[in-house]
Amino acid sequence: MLGYALKRLGLALLVALAVSAASFVLLRLSGDVALAIAGEGARAEDIDLVRKTYGLDRPLLIQYGDWLFRTLSGDFGQSLYFKTGVTGLIREKIGVTLVLAFASLALALAMAIPLGVLAALFPNTWIDRLSLALAVAGQALPNFFFALVLVMIFSIKLRWLPVSGSDTWAHFVLPTLSLGLYITPPFMRLIRAGMIEVLAADYIRTARAKGLSPRSVVLKHALRNALVPVVALAAVQLGFLLGGSIVIETIFALDGLGYLAYQSITHKDFPVTQAVLLILSVAYVLLTLCADLVNAWIDPRLRVA
Amino acid sequence: MRLVTLATLALAASASFTPVLAQKAQNAVRFGYDQVPENIDPYFNNVRIGVILGQHVWDTLIYRDPNTNEYKGQLAKAWKWVDDKTLEFSLREGVKFHNGEEFDADDVVYTLNFVSKPENKVVTQTNVNWIDTAEKIDKYTVRLKLKRTFPAAIEYLAGPVVIHPNEYYAKVGPAGMNTAAIGSGPYKVVEHVVGKSVRLQRNPDYFRDSPKPQPKLERIEVRFIPDRQTQMAEMLAGGLDFIMNVPPDQADQLKAVPHLAVTSGETMRIVFLNLNTLPDGPAPALRDIRVRQAIQHAIDRPTMVKQLVGEGARVLNVICYPSQFGCSDEKAKTFDYNPARAKQLLAEAGFANGLEMDLYAYRERPQSEAMINYLRAVGIKVNLRFMQYAAMREQVRGNKAAMAHQTWGSFSVNDTSASTPVYFGGGPDDINKDPQVIELLKKGDNSVDPAVRKAAYADALGLIAERAMGVPLYALVTFYVSGKGLDYKTYADEIPRFWEMSWK
Repeated sequence: MLGYALKRLGLALLVALAVSAASFVLLRLSGDVALAIAGEGARAEDIDLVRKTYGLDRPLLIQYGDWLFRTLSGDFGQSLYFKTGVTGLIREKIGVTLVLAFASLALALAMAIPLGVLAALFPNTWIDRLSLALAVAGQALPNFFFALVLVMIFSIKLRWLPVSGSDTWAHFVLPTLSLGLYITPPFMRLIRAGMIEVLAADYIRTARAKGLSPRSVVLKHALRNALVPVVALAAVQLGFLLGGSIVIETIFALDGLGYLAYQSITHKDFPVTQAVLLILSVAYVLLTLCADLVNAWIDPRLRVA
Repeated sequence: MRLVTLATLALAASASFTPVLAQKAQNAVRFGYDQVPENIDPYFNNVRIGVILGQHVWDTLIYRDPNTNEYKGQLAKAWKWVDDKTLEFSLREGVKFHNGEEFDADDVVYTLNFVSKPENKVVTQTNVNWIDTAEKIDKYTVRLKLKRTFPAAIEYLAGPVVIHPNEYYAKVGPAGMNTAAIGSGPYKVVEHVVGKSVRLQRNPDYFRDSPKPQPKLERIEVRFIPDRQTQMAEMLAGGLDFIMNVPPDQADQLKAVPHLAVTSGETMRIVFLNLNTLPDGPAPALRDIRVRQAIQHAIDRPTMVKQLVGEGARVLNVICYPSQFGCSDEKAKTFDYNPARAKQLLAEAGFANGLEMDLYAYRERPQSEAMINYLRAVGIKVNLRFMQYAAMREQVRGNKAAMAHQTWGSFSVNDTSASTPVYFGGGPDDINKDPQVIELLKKGDNSVDPAVRKAAYADALGLIAERAMGVPLYALVTFYVSGKGLDYKTYADEIPRFWEMSWK
């Protein structure tokens, strides 16, 4: 198990490194950073000055090496746009993103578990069909479109909820719904499939034969076992939520990490973009790693892979 | 199913958290804007919202009345040219900054000397790089020395060159100004959350003699909302009271909403087509004047104005904004829409079978596409290269662009020296480098005699038109949407003046 864990960890680090290198190169291919910093109407001298000041005249490999070295020693550098420390900016914004990600995950589980269980208990009935329809619709609708529909209904028509901002808990309701409902379907399908399999198992028949109440059979004996793979999926989805909130945060002007990423991309503020991408990719990689390890721990057959 | 009921209850309960709709009672305005200033110190950002905040929180020495374009004294009572390169100001007494610091010559001297030093890295160097030094004569008199003859100095002193309180600025610097801004203007900054919002509060002690009228609105909240759909949704839901730069088609839809009002106004942002005539340019055909004339005749500008630009726009015949000092089309040849003549000119130039070239563009894509269709109709096949502004400028400056669909806002400076010379004065963005035009524009930029300046600019603009060096198109129109009952006027410099707004 230890050897397996170390191998996965090494792989995870390589993935994070590759993501950082790819984003570093892509950011610089997207246009002259010095020109973007100098702004509209800058003269050639200004641009040269900017290029020198920020060390953009050095070879790309050296710039990357320099960045990597400083990052590994815990220094994300200064934001080119906001002129403040990147670490401070990120610390200020990450809270909103974490709240949004965990709330969305909680919502998704709260929706998926009862619906998945019901669909498994009554397969091929209208309940199952309804949950299937919800799953297909949830995955087919892009979340930004769904977000706008929610805004239309709850903010413009009913005026129950604010459209954008992050001041009160009410501001988080629509973004949480948009993100949460988008990741509900995979959980729902997984729970349904797991429950159907578990319900057909011998020990469930035994439990029923013992005369346990159907409620106890379903919730205590079946669901607990069907939930194991869900834990792994939740870790992966959490990583997706952290990264995937860029669009939702921008739409709802939620002052979080995703919005910061959006702003930094539009301003070619590459130290910030780079840092956010690194944090998101490391979070994603680590969560996936956790999922792998949990799976391997549960199912020893995976350790050989 | 119990969960669904819970969710519904939660939604209903949160209704009480929604902000109140009417801001009239509170005498406040919530203003949504898409761009975020990197620093709200006006010298350290280059976005329009920075200019807007600059005019509300700070004052300038001189004030340009946006209705008459007449210059009036603001922090300066009066000013005079001592010689070609020296201005003398007598300053107003009794003005106080928001922190109580008294305004006097020291503030002016410190600010101007600080911002004019390149090592202090003011973002838009053209705003300040004409300043040599400022010196104090006495407590209320300052002399400003210019690096070169620069008549447009007055316009800059009435625009981007705001005055900071010297003691405070020396202590906190630009970074401190960003977190806790102090000016002398009609509004004070009470809170700035970077990347999110700026809250302004009426300055009750704003000096009575200012040419800016005393502010009426109590509070202004500027919220940064990147997504335009979200801004619209906020307007519809009553979460905002004012937005600007609304796309024409969406403005049209919002006109139908009873609680909203839509206004449109021409902006100083001119649009034109740059035609590359440099010797090693990518499209040698453009060096033939007949080809350039053909392009002028091929584009139906009145129809573009009517169908693509929107209400309030007009066709321009020169590449500058009409209200700018020296911008005149009296000597400029005009080209009517005449595709037959365009084809004939192309045939005469030896391109009867057509020709092909690239058009670089970065915004107003439907307008680029319309021009491409007009050009195709006369036999010029155009490939659109649409990209970010910075990338396009790189291509233009690298002499790789045959045609460039340019727009230019002149930083709202109401003087021709801020527009035409950028593209025809021999600088990096000039892809014609016509020596005669460069000479005339220099003369216009550097003389202090208004009559000489006017004549030189008119001649330069006449030559640019005669030689068909670029296609002047129109100025863009911008749409403002506000809550019904907000009384305001729009100006071509796209600066909403909240100090003169009020709720009816």
